[in-house]
Formats: sequence, C-alpha cells, structure tokens
Amino acid sequence: MRWPLIRYIPRSTHYRFVRWAPVAAIFSAILIVGAIASLFLQGLNLGIDFKGGVSLEIVMSRPAPLAQLRTALDEIGAHDGQVQGFGEPNTAMVKFLPAKGEAASAASKHVEAELVKRFPDLKVTSRSEVGAKVSGELLMSGFKALGVALLLTLGYIWFRFGLSYGTGAVVAVIHDIVLTLGLLSVTRIEFSMTEIAALLTVIGYSMNEKVITFDRLKENLRKYKTTPLRDIIDLSENERLSRTIITGSTALLALGGTFLFGGPVLKPLVTTMIFGIVIGTYSSIYIALPMILIWGVKRGDEEATPIKLGAASRP
Amino acid sequence: MLTLSRWKIIAVTLSVIFGILFSLPNVLPQKTLDAMPAWLPHQKLNLGLDLQGGSYLLYSVDTDALHRERLSNLTEDVRTQLRNEQIPFGELVQQGEIVSVRIGDASRYNDALNLLRKNIGAPMQGVIGGKDVSISGKGDQRIEIRFVPEAVRADASKAVDQSIETIRRRIDSLGTKEPSINRQGDTRIMIQAPGESDPEKLRSIIGKTAKLTFQMVDETVTAEDVQAGRIPPGSEVMAGDQYAPYYVVKKRALVSGEELTNAQQQFDPQSGHPVVQLQFNASGGRKFGDLTARNVGKRFAIVLDNKILSAPVINGPIPGGSGIITGNFTVESANELSLLLRSGALPAPLTVEDQRTVTAELGADAVKAGAISLAIGAVAMFVFVILAYGLFGGFAAIALVVNVLLIIGIMSFSQATLTFPGIAGLILTLAVAVDANVLIYERMRDEANAGRTPMAAADHGYRLALTSILDANITSLISGLIMFSFGSGPVKGFAWTLVIGVFTSLFTAIFITQVLIGWWFKATKPKSLPIA
Repeated sequence: MRWPLIRYIPRSTHYRFVRWAPVAAIFSAILIVGAIASLFLQGLNLGIDFKGGVSLEIVMSRPAPLAQLRTALDEIGAHDGQVQGFGEPNTAMVKFLPAKGEAASAASKHVEAELVKRFPDLKVTSRSEVGAKVSGELLMSGFKALGVALLLTLGYIWFRFGLSYGTGAVVAVIHDIVLTLGLLSVTRIEFSMTEIAALLTVIGYSMNEKVITFDRLKENLRKYKTTPLRDIIDLSENERLSRTIITGSTALLALGGTFLFGGPVLKPLVTTMIFGIVIGTYSSIYIALPMILIWGVKRGDEEATPIKLGAASRP
Repeated sequence: MLTLSRWKIIAVTLSVIFGILFSLPNVLPQKTLDAMPAWLPHQKLNLGLDLQGGSYLLYSVDTDALHRERLSNLTEDVRTQLRNEQIPFGELVQQGEIVSVRIGDASRYNDALNLLRKNIGAPMQGVIGGKDVSISGKGDQRIEIRFVPEAVRADASKAVDQSIETIRRRIDSLGTKEPSINRQGDTRIMIQAPGESDPEKLRSIIGKTAKLTFQMVDETVTAEDVQAGRIPPGSEVMAGDQYAPYYVVKKRALVSGEELTNAQQQFDPQSGHPVVQLQFNASGGRKFGDLTARNVGKRFAIVLDNKILSAPVINGPIPGGSGIITGNFTVESANELSLLLRSGALPAPLTVEDQRTVTAELGADAVKAGAISLAIGAVAMFVFVILAYGLFGGFAAIALVVNVLLIIGIMSFSQATLTFPGIAGLILTLAVAVDANVLIYERMRDEANAGRTPMAAADHGYRLALTSILDANITSLISGLIMFSFGSGPVKGFAWTLVIGVFTSLFTAIFITQVLIGWWFKATKPKSLPIA
C-alpha cells in the first residue's frame, strides 16, 4: 500500500455528472414530495421548547419500566403524557402538558410527587418547564433565524457570484432544509432549539459546499471561454472530486464519534448534521449546478444562452 | 507566500503560546492553579448550565398589572383633589386607558380643569405638556385624563429594572453561588444559577411581590353594607387577619414599603410573639407620623400583597419613623418577611415562563460524553488526514491541535459559555477547518500536475485556495452570527463556538501549515511534493 493514500484517488476523472442530473432531479422530487407529505400529515415532533409543557429526565436504580411509567402518568392525569427511553436503560424522559389553566411548575411538582409515590427509587435529574407564550415565541424566532440565514447567505452569494448562482444555491439549500425537516418528521426526532442550531449549521455547511463549487466553476468559465457550460460543469466537478470526498469523510468521521458516544442529548443534533452534510454535498452537484445550467450564466462579456435540458451533450 | 516573513513566524509562535497558556488552567489541578503567579491566566472554561448543572429561570414582568394599578391610583388622586377643593363631581370612572370624570357644577368646570392640570401627574421630560399624564376637557362637562404612551413605556421599563435589582438583592441574601440575572427583551428577566439543582427555594423567594402598604380601614361601612355590596368607591373589601374575617379598607395607600430603610425580626416585649420591626426613611417616617397623629383611635391595615397582616388601632402618634408589624408570625416567617421587605418590593408581579434544571451529576455525564466525543472525533480526523496526505497531513493535524487550543483558550479568556450542543459545534468547526487544508493541498496537487515546481505549486496552492476558503468561512460566519442573535441559552453557546472557530480555523489552517511547510522546504529542498 502506498502512502499517502490521496494517491489512490484518481487524479483526473471524467465522470459525466451532468448526464445524471435528470435522474437526480426525479430522485430529489420524490424525496421532496415525501418530506412535504410527512410534514403535512404528521408534522414535526415539537419538543417542549416549541410546544410548552414539562419534561422530566428521570433516573431509576433499575431499568426504567417504560410501560408502567406510561400507565402511571395516565393515572396521575397528566395531559398528553409521553415516556421515552433516554440513553442508559435506567433513565427515561417523561413529558406532559399541564392541564388548562394549571401552571407548568405546579403540574411538574404534582406529577413528580405522584411518580415518586409509585416508584420510590425514581429521581428527577433534569427538569424543564416551558410556558406556552415563550414556546410560541421560540418557534417563531427559530424559523425567523432560518429565513434570515437563507436571505443573508443568498445576498452574499449574489454579491460574490451573481444572481443565477445565488438562485441555484438557495434552491439547493431550500431542498436541503426541506429534506432535513422531512427526516426529522419521519424519524420523529424531537424538534427543539438545538435542532434549529443544527439546521443553521446545515445551511452553513451546504452554502460552503456551493461556494466552493461555484468558485471552481467560475474559474473554469474564465479559462475555457468556448467550451459548453455543461462540459465545464463536469470538468469542475471532476477537478474537485477528491476534495469533496476527503472533506466529506473528515466531517463524517469527526461527527461519528459524537453520534456513537455523545449520548441522547447530542445524538439527534448530530444525526441532523450528518444527514445535512450528505445531502448538502449531493445538492451542490445535483441541484445547484443544474439550476445554473437551466438558468444560464454570464460568461466573460457575452450572455450565455441557457442550455435546454435534454439537449445532447458532446462526448 | 511561502517565503516566511518575520511577522508570520512571530504571529504563529505567539498564537501557540497564547493557546497553551490560556487553555492550560482547564487541565491543571486546582492546587497547582492556586500556586501559579497571578499574572498567568487562571480562568477556566465557563461551562453552561447543561454541563455544570444548575437552574435557569425565565420570568416575565407583568407590566400590565402595574399599569392597571397606576390607573387606579390616578382615579383615586382625581377623587381626592376634587373632594379637597369641594368641587362637585360624578361619574368618576376608569374606562380602559382613560380616567373620566364629570364635573357637576358648570361654573366650576374650569377650576376643576386647572386644578387637575396643576396637581395631577408627575413631571416628565421630552413629552408634550411636560407631564406623564394628558388632561383634556370634553363636552358635557367631562374631563378625561390618561397617561401619555411614553410614560407607560418608561414605567414598564423602570419596573423591569427595579425587579432585576430587587431579585438581585433577594438572591444575594440567600447566598446562592454567582447567579446571573439579566434582562431579556422588553419585559423578561433571565436568571441562571449554576449549581442550584433545586430552584424551589429560589422561586419562592423571587416570586413574592412583597408589596407592603399601610391603608386606613374604612369604618363608615357596616357589616350590612358589605353584605348588600354597598362598598363606597375608593374602598375595597380585603380578607382579614385572625381577629376579623374581612376589613373594608381605603384603596389609596398612605405609606408603602418603598419608604422603608430596614426591617428586622424581633419579639414583641409584651406578648413575646415574633414581630417585624420597621424603620422608615425620612419622608416615610414623616408620613407615618402624620398618619398616626391624624387618626388616633382609628384602625389602619398593614397590607402585604393584598392580604391584611394585621389591622391595629392607633393608640397614639408614632413619631421617629419606626413601627412594628404584629401578625400571626413564626420566627421563620417573620425573618422571611423582614428579608423581603429589606430587599424591596417587586413593582409588578412576576410569572415563570420557562424553567430548566439540570443536576450536577447529569452535567458531569454530559461533560464526559462531550469530552469522549471530541477526543474520538479529533483522533479520527488526525488519523484520516495523516493517512490521506502523509507529512502534509501531519502538518494539518498540528494546525488542528493549535486550533483546539486557541478555541479553548479564547473561550476561557473571554468567558464565553460552552454548552453541550456547543461541543458538537466545536467538532464540526474542526472538520471545516480541515477543509481549508484540503482545499490548499488539492490546489497544490493540481498545480504540481500542471507542471509547476514543488515550491511554486505549494505557493500557488495557498494563493489560489484563499478565495474559496474565505468565501466558505464567511457563509459559516453568517449562520453563526444569526444563531447568536436569535438563539438563547444553549444555542447561543453553540453560535459562539462556531464564530470563534471560524477565526481560529482561518488562522491555523493557513498560517500554521504555511510556516511548517516553509520550514520543511528550507530543510529538505524537495524535488517533488509528497502529496502530488
């Protein structure tokens, strides 16, 4: 085996990325439809950050009897009670909403006392009580943050590369966000404040990918003034293939440790990030660049005519 | 670029020293840290509540309640003024934001208007009329009085500031370790108490309004009147003490707890029961003296949070500005009341909007999980990047180590909060930092393949990759800053880590590897790049 291993990655590849764009478009469209359907049908699993209510993290001296805890919660009369395993087998997460008109803190105390009465070895290790007003505001500000982040990065890309690139990037990033939200909806990962942070990093990483793709594309457009756009896209993609592979693997390796050992708090966050990295890399190649192909770009002084999808490409 | 200028080497050396010095306190045992000279950095990472355990409370100040109270006081002031001048009036009502009164005698309408204009409201700068109320004459001998919007806003803002002060005094007297109390938004107060895993004591002491007032008992009202609901305007029925089920008291407070300078638990010399002794300030003492002198033989009520503590008969004037409150106290409850009175009343009721508690053990588990994740992630990256790029990968790994030291050093130095999600942010930051090196090295390979000499290829690698690296980091910076301005608590910590990481990554990925590669070129004069 020769070392360094970078030599194993072929130096000049000639993959025809663009040719697969229509297939990728169908693939993405199906995923998007699925994600939107799931978001409409079952929505997001809103955590108490956004829904309000009480969540108690509990620890017991034996494996937590989730089913019995659930029954107990119903008997106590907790509204919309949920019990989930949380990391270690002897820990669990108990969530419920206070009854109408009841303060979250009162409900929390009452339920804890009742639970301890039924399970004497139960201890509450973490407690969150969020009022309905704050939770509504948090949800609003969370989505506002996502929107502002999109607009600002679009602004930056528009300023750096021009409008067609900016549009391509934003369409691709919206694609990433919708799919990531879809993942959260399908897997029922709890949607909390930290998930908003994860989504924002996904936007950051995805934009990062697009910027680097565009940088190389722009450079090649200057270098090869007469080559058709789709060939230049293929060339640029091939040129930066090794970088994509290495950076992507580094990021996945780095987060892998957290995915395995980060415990139940970080796992959902890291799952979102990992998915985002994969999807962000994919969408740079198959959403952002084809968008540019459809839209056309300014090349040097003359306006490039948009290339019709389906037109035969030169070998 | 690879010609190493002196400033580049100095900057790199300084940053390495800075990183080591400022992150060192986090791994040294406390004893060594104490023994270190004072000029060395001592600050450790400021761990978020989710990592060290503690309580987070978000209160909102009910400024509406405050406003309602101010309106009702305004109504009473109008009543007193008109009554003192013997101007006949009727229909004194409070409708929404407006206090409206009808003057009975048309010939005295202008007197009334002038009187109210002169005596009602407090001076206020920067508003039309120079007062916090606007008084306007309406048809049908009516006068309408309302607070100007600026006054309402200023009141609310002052109430939040006062509440923060009061909460601080109350918590300080509890001796909880270093709580932070901050204003959030317009009407919210955020309290973070590290190490406090049972916030109930905290809540019970913060949540008490502790509004103390002295109000006269309205003895003109008989029990039959109360039963028939015939309560004169300006008076109200309040639940009583152990001697009477209820009292009818005048709404207007004559002296209030704001005018206290001290309050202490004592024992009543006659009965031996615990009482609370009060000391008024000069103006409060004078008011209290007047009140007692004018009303000998009458009953007044000591009211705390709209409940009557006791309603003694005034036996004689009480000059000197001190008095005692008797009531059904135990030593403990008298002590608590004294504490609350000393630290001042909350100007408006507070409600808990958001409360989070993490026990110290859970926090310690999180630290452990975070450290393991970080270590595994870092080692995986080291191994991978060295396998992929050989010697140059080793340089990138060294840059990564310095990067971690710098991030931890800067976070310790600036006391930015490291939260649990922040650790995930840190790991991703490191991965993106490696990306900068990957971009540079891939450029070098391209340039070497294009036939440049190793030195020229390396040089061009740095030069040409720079724009991409900058573009990429600016987009990260944007999302980090947005998180910082929109998020709260753990998300803010996450954002901080990202933002600090963007700067340190740029620096280490570009400069540290550049200096190392520059030295390597000088030392070996290579014929080819190890990565080409």
